Amino acid sequence: MAAVTETLDTVQSVTQSGYKWGFETTIEMDFAPKGLNEDIIRLISTRKEEPEWMLEWRLKAYAAWLKMEEPHWARVDHPPIDYQDLHYYAAPKKKAGPKSLDEVDPELLKMYEKLGIPLKERAILAGVDPDTVENTQVAVDAVFDSVSVATTFQATLRKAGVIFCPISEAVRDHPELVKQYLGTVVPTGDNFFAALNSAVFTDGSFVYIPKGVRCPMELSTYFRINARNTGQFERTLIIAEAGSHVSYLEGCTAPQRDENQLHAAVVELVAMDDAQIKYSTVQNWYPGDANGKGGIYNFVTKRGACRGARSKISWTQVETGSAITWKYPSCVLHGEDSVGEFYSVAVTNNHQQADTGTKMIHIGKGSRSTIISKGISAGHSNNTYRGLVRMLPSATNARNFTQCDSLLIGDQCGAHTVPYIESRNLTAKVEHEATTSKIADDQLFYCRQRGLSEEDAVGLIVNGFCKDVLKELPMEFAVEAQKLLAVSLEGSVG
Amino acid sequence: MLDIRGLAASINDKPILKGIDLVVPQGEVHALMGPNGSGKSTLGYVLSGREDYEVTAGTVTFNGVDLLTMEPEQRAAAGVFLAFQAPVELPGVNNANFLRTALNAIRRAHGEPELDAVQFLKLARAETKRLAMPDDMLKRNVNVGFSGGEKKRNEVLQMAILRPKLAILDETDSGLDIDALKIVADGVNALRGPEFSALVITHHQRLLDHLVPNRVHVLAHGRIVRSGGPELAKELEKSGYAGLIAEAA
Repeated sequence: MAAVTETLDTVQSVTQSGYKWGFETTIEMDFAPKGLNEDIIRLISTRKEEPEWMLEWRLKAYAAWLKMEEPHWARVDHPPIDYQDLHYYAAPKKKAGPKSLDEVDPELLKMYEKLGIPLKERAILAGVDPDTVENTQVAVDAVFDSVSVATTFQATLRKAGVIFCPISEAVRDHPELVKQYLGTVVPTGDNFFAALNSAVFTDGSFVYIPKGVRCPMELSTYFRINARNTGQFERTLIIAEAGSHVSYLEGCTAPQRDENQLHAAVVELVAMDDAQIKYSTVQNWYPGDANGKGGIYNFVTKRGACRGARSKISWTQVETGSAITWKYPSCVLHGEDSVGEFYSVAVTNNHQQADTGTKMIHIGKGSRSTIISKGISAGHSNNTYRGLVRMLPSATNARNFTQCDSLLIGDQCGAHTVPYIESRNLTAKVEHEATTSKIADDQLFYCRQRGLSEEDAVGLIVNGFCKDVLKELPMEFAVEAQKLLAVSLEGSVG
Repeated sequence: MLDIRGLAASINDKPILKGIDLVVPQGEVHALMGPNGSGKSTLGYVLSGREDYEVTAGTVTFNGVDLLTMEPEQRAAAGVFLAFQAPVELPGVNNANFLRTALNAIRRAHGEPELDAVQFLKLARAETKRLAMPDDMLKRNVNVGFSGGEKKRNEVLQMAILRPKLAILDETDSGLDIDALKIVADGVNALRGPEFSALVITHHQRLLDHLVPNRVHVLAHGRIVRSGGPELAKELEKSGYAGLIAEAA
């Protein structure tokens, strides 16, 4: 208790002693001043009403981050990021958004229409301020809808013993679980962006599935109250106890309006004996305009630990957005006969850059992993698959199969495959297959001769190319993802 | 009616078609024969709008509309269908899905309602049954892992489902056994009617036994060098093209 008071005092002294903007007065000013230092971290922790151990954890991460350097090994190129020129805390609900749909970029709205998103949802996704009078009816209805849906869901989940809540709530309400697992899969000093996230994360999901429980529904951030404004530094922790099952959907097929240029999320998954976690992502952040201006930098650390025997973690991702993607959802296969899977579609168009792939670390006997990666490059974009398969000496009879396919559209783009394979066990088997192909003119002509427009033809061919991955997505997601692929590649041919 | 006048076309500046005059009236099936390299396939591609070919002279109208200014998909919507000599593989694209997308694109162009998956499958199954093809043809990916004969049969199936007004068959009979050949002929014969015409490119009299054409044309060095009735094909089978080409030269 004393510590919290002390922190509050510190924060107050910070605000009163010389910072240009305070945070306690008007709505517009409810954000921290730019820059990152210990006081800002204390402020975040205070605002989140965190216990002291959480603050200490953050400060430790910050100390680690200060000693680290931004990584530059990925095949991406961006101007230097000034980490002191960013806001690290903003009360999300009070961010000023457009007053009505009339103020939203018409291109964005056109995209929503093509994806078949209902009008009500379009307003929310575009960030239209629900408090605005002109728009009350549209937005408030939608908010009420999602609140009531979410409430029903929460009741069902509670009955099953599943905990699904914002991570800040879990820190307060389930400290023993958070303490036990947070940072055990992705340690605070794991990498530059993970350390940054550990110091300043403000939002994200917490999921706990008790022993033997099969989660009664797909968990989606969409249905979590207050998930509408996901933070810049999201932190997600999913724990599946022995024999439990959970499927988690992250993201949305609609492009999201977002003011934050840098995103550095961390996702940690823990699967105990016989537990299964399926984590599906559709990432469609703003990719920048056709000339490569603007767009999100998405630097994400996602890792799952298969701690128990026969546990299984499966990552499925469809990445079409962001100006730069730096992301390697990985599995550490401790458990005997544990299974790691990575299914990925990464699309880059215009001037987008993606360096994405996975790491499969085999420790347990008989552990198995499968990697299916489909990279599609169009426009002037660059798309790199980077993957590591490591067989440790203990990984007797472990197996990996990797299939990496690249599809090029046009002749200005690039596809790169960078597989790293390390085996320190003679009984372990690693297979790697890779192909690069182009959408051939004769394929396009064949489709057009049958009556398809050029864009429909590209959509059809690309969806065919990605089929092995799309079939891993939950049904309703798969249909949206198919549409999204076609829309993302519009105008890439001819 | 397909009306080709003085059509000349080249690829990479190399002239292939050098002034073709050819009329296929509605309701008629014409055969186009000729030695290898005479420009038969090029004519098929030019009529269907393949971009690699440059039309340097002449006009082509189909039922009164100018085909040459249209995109390939617009020509398809106008009823032009090309059965490819070497059908293209589309990995991961299910045949039924491909055909339904194509049929619906054409229906949309005509202002007709699209078919849902159930309606389409009913129609497609009726056609596979009529053409004595296995149903799994629809489930497989477009031409992937198909034998040469299966690919050709798939072209006939597509034609049966899309019901074109002008079918151009580019050596669809090549490499087929007698039974498969009959399927191709039956496919065309089933569509025959006052609204349908076809240009059948072939090397073999065999196909024309099952598919009796109204006219036979011989193409050599980019020009039609002779036209006649069905008996012309029989004559060619005996004497070959050499005499004709010498005559035309």
